[in-house]
Amino acid sequence: MTVTSTDLLLEASGIAKTYGAVVALKNASLAVRPGEVHALMGANGAGKSTMVKILTGAVRPDRGTISIRGVERAVHSPHEARRGGLVSVYQEPALIPDLDIRSNLRLTETPLEPFRHWARELGLEELDLSNMARDLPLASLRVIDLARALAIEPDVLMLDEMTAALPANLTERVLTVIGDQRGGDRCVIFISHRMTEISSVCDRATVLREGETVGVVDVTTPGSAQRIVELMLGEIVQDLPSHGGQPAVSAGRPADVQPRLAVSSLAAGAKLHDVSFELYPGEVLGVVALEGQGQDELFEVLAGSRKPSGGAIQVDGRTASFGHPADAIRAGVVYVAADRAEALLMQRSVRENIALPFRTRLAQWGLIDLGDERPRVSEAIERLQIDTRAQAEVRRLSGGNQQKVTIARWVAKGVHTMLCFDPTRGIDIRTKHQIYLLLRDLAEAGAAILLYTSELNEIQIACDRAIVIFNGRVVAEVNAATADEPALLRAAYNLGADAEMPTQLAAE
Amino acid sequence: MTTLGETVQMRGRPAEAALSWVRSSGWILGLLVFLALLFVFTLFIQPTYGVRGIQGLAISVLPLALAAVGQAIVVISGGIDLSIGSMMALTSVVAARFMAEQPDLSLVVVLAVLLLGLLLGLINGVLVVTTRVPDIVVTLAMLFVWSGFALVVLPTPGGSAAPWLRDLFRGEFLNEWIPRALVALLVVVGVIWLPIRRSRLGLSLYAVGSNSLAAYRSGVSIRQTKVLAYTLTGLFAALAGLTLTASTGIGTPVPGPYTLLSVAAVVLGGVSLAGGRGGVLGPIIGVIILSQLRTIMTFMRLDPNLAVVAQGAILIGVVMAGSLMALRRMRQ
Repeated sequence: MTVTSTDLLLEASGIAKTYGAVVALKNASLAVRPGEVHALMGANGAGKSTMVKILTGAVRPDRGTISIRGVERAVHSPHEARRGGLVSVYQEPALIPDLDIRSNLRLTETPLEPFRHWARELGLEELDLSNMARDLPLASLRVIDLARALAIEPDVLMLDEMTAALPANLTERVLTVIGDQRGGDRCVIFISHRMTEISSVCDRATVLREGETVGVVDVTTPGSAQRIVELMLGEIVQDLPSHGGQPAVSAGRPADVQPRLAVSSLAAGAKLHDVSFELYPGEVLGVVALEGQGQDELFEVLAGSRKPSGGAIQVDGRTASFGHPADAIRAGVVYVAADRAEALLMQRSVRENIALPFRTRLAQWGLIDLGDERPRVSEAIERLQIDTRAQAEVRRLSGGNQQKVTIARWVAKGVHTMLCFDPTRGIDIRTKHQIYLLLRDLAEAGAAILLYTSELNEIQIACDRAIVIFNGRVVAEVNAATADEPALLRAAYNLGADAEMPTQLAAE
Repeated sequence: MTTLGETVQMRGRPAEAALSWVRSSGWILGLLVFLALLFVFTLFIQPTYGVRGIQGLAISVLPLALAAVGQAIVVISGGIDLSIGSMMALTSVVAARFMAEQPDLSLVVVLAVLLLGLLLGLINGVLVVTTRVPDIVVTLAMLFVWSGFALVVLPTPGGSAAPWLRDLFRGEFLNEWIPRALVALLVVVGVIWLPIRRSRLGLSLYAVGSNSLAAYRSGVSIRQTKVLAYTLTGLFAALAGLTLTASTGIGTPVPGPYTLLSVAAVVLGGVSLAGGRGGVLGPIIGVIILSQLRTIMTFMRLDPNLAVVAQGAILIGVVMAGSLMALRRMRQ
C-alpha cells in the first residue's frame, strides 16, 4: 500500500501561504495517483481555495513544492499550469463572453474534434461554433468549458465546484464522464460540497482543516462520508435532525391567520407562467425546481427588481407593486441572492455592508446615527458567528462568511419576509448548517421565509413545506417532513400524473 | 449524420454569413448612413463641395484617425490611454526637428520616430501593469510627462517635414476621388492591425477586455497582453504624430485636442469603453463624422464656440440612439 513519490502523478507537499497576519495554509499536502479521481475537501477557511489557487498558479506559495510526474514545477500562472498538464474548470465558466465558441477554443489551443466528441458525451449534440459565448445559456457554457478541458487531455484535470449550480440531469452526465476517467493514465481532482457526488465518483479524498492536511480517506470504504465530515470539522457532528419532527404549520394554523405574502397567478418573461402560493409568518416555504423553470424570475419579481407581466402580489393583505427593490424592502420583503457579488459592496467593511439597509433612504439627511447602528450590527455579527478577522474588506472573507454578511444585514434590520435564492451555493457544510439553523430560528420568531435551493436534501432540513415549480407553474405542494430526495426529484421532473421526463433541458 | 449536417450548413453559409455580418456590423452600417447624410447635407448648403473638399477632409482627419485606431486597440483590451495626444506631440516634434536638422536622413528619422512610439507605449504599458495604478491615472500622468519632453525637444513650433513625406499623403491615388491620405490610412491599418486581429494576440486583446478572469483562467497572460496593447497604441500615436508633421509641415510641442477626440471617436465608433467589443473601422468612420460635422458648421457660419457645443450634443445623441436601437433589438 506504500506509494513512492515516482508513482504519483501530482504531489504537493509542505505548502504554506500567509496573507499578512492571516495564515491560509500551514502545511498542506496532496498526493494524487494516476487513474484516480481524488476529492479535495475542507470546511470554510480550511485553506481549500488557497490550495486551488496555488495549484493553478494564481498564487505563489511561501513554502512547499509541487511536482507533476515526479518533476518539480514552479507554477506562476494558469498558462504555465496548463503547459505543465494541469487544467482547471470552475463553477464560473472561463469563456470569453465577447468571442464566439470557435475563438474561445482557439484561445486555449483546443483541438476541435476531441472537443466535439466530449461535448456530445456531455449531452451537447448540436453546437454552432459561431455562437457568441454571451448568447448561450449558462448550463451550456459550463458543459463547453468542461468539454474544452477534456479535449486537451490534461494530466491533471481540476474541477473546482464545477457541479455546484448544475441542473440535476447535467450533473449526472458530468459525473459519468468524470467516472470514466478512472483507471487511465491521468487523474482528476474533484472539489465539491456534495457528499453524494464525492462518494459516487471519487477514489480517495484529501481533507484540509485549518491550513493543514489532516487525513486522506479511501472513499470506497463504508462509513467514509462520516469520516470525512469528522476530519473536516475536527469534532464529531451529529446529523441535523430533519425538521419534520414538528407538525407542518399549515395543519395547526388557525384559519384567520393572514399570509405574509400571497402570490396569485404570477407571470414574468418567457419562463414564469402561473405561480400562486401563500407564505405564512412562522414558516419556511421551500421552492423546488430544476434549473430554468421560472424560479429566477419569481424571485426577481418578488424582490422588486423585475416587473411581472401578470398576476398579483399581496403583502400582509395589501396589494403590492414593486417598482424597485427599495419598495420591496420597505414592504418588509428582503432578498438573499446566491451570488454574493450581487449583494455586497466588496471593497467596504463588514459593518458597512450590514448597516447598508439602514442608510439607503437618501432622504434621511444628516449624520448616520452610529449609536443606534453599532449595537445592532454587532448583534448580527455575533448571531451569525461571522469570522471578522478580515472585516475591513468583505471581498477578503471566505464565500461562506460573505453569505453570512448578506443575511446579517437583514437580521440586523429585523426580518419580516426573507427570500433566499440558493443561499448555500458553494458553501461548506458547517456554514450551511448554521444558515439552516438561523432560518429556522427566524421562522420560529415569526418571520416568513421563502427558500429556493438547488440541493434537494436542504428541503427536509430547513423547510416546513415546499412547492414544486415546473415549466413556470406550481405542479405540487409537499410536506417537507415526508419529502425525501428521490420524492422531490421526481416531483421536480414533474413525474407522475400527466407529464413526461424532459429530455434536453441543457441543450435548449 | 454529421457530414450531412455539415453540407447543409455549407450551403446556407454565404447567405447566413452575410446576414450575420449585417447583424454584427449594424453599428458600422448605421454610421455609414449617418455619414452619407452628412455629405448630402454638406452638398446642400455648399454645392461647391467636391473633390477638393474630400481631399481636404482626408488629409485633415488622418492624424486623428490613426490616434483613434490606437485608442480603440487599448480600449478593446479594457484600458484607456489619455497620453495619446502628448505622445503625438512628442513624436511629431522629434520628427520635425530632426528632419529639419538632418534632411538627408529623413527616412531614418521616420523609422526612429516609429520606434520611439513603440517605446513610449511600452513604457505606458509596463507602468500600468507593474504599478497597478489604474490605467486612467497612469496615462493621465504620462500625458504631462510626454508633453514636457515635447517642449524640451522643441520649445516653439518649428522644424520641417521631408518633402517626400509631405507628398506621401497629398493628392490623389489613381482617381481624383480617392485621396492618398485615405489609401495610406487603410494600408497602415491593414498591414498592422489585420494580422494582429487574426492572431492569438488579437484574441487575447478581446479576451482580456471582455472578461479578464476568464482570460486568465484560459491561459492568457494579462500583463503581456496589456503591455502589448499599450505598445501598439504607442505605435499608432507615432504614426499619428508623423502624419501631423507631414500635413502641417512643422512640429507643434503643445498637444492638440486629440486625446479626448480619440476617445469620442472610439465611443462613436461602437467600441465598448468596458472593453471586449468593437473594432477599428467604427472609430475611423467616427473620426470622419466628427470632422465633417465641424466642416458643416463652418459652412453654416456658426459661432465656433457653439459648434463645439453642438458637436458634444450630437455625440451624446448618436450614441444614445444606437443604444436605444440595440435595446429594442434585444427585446424582440
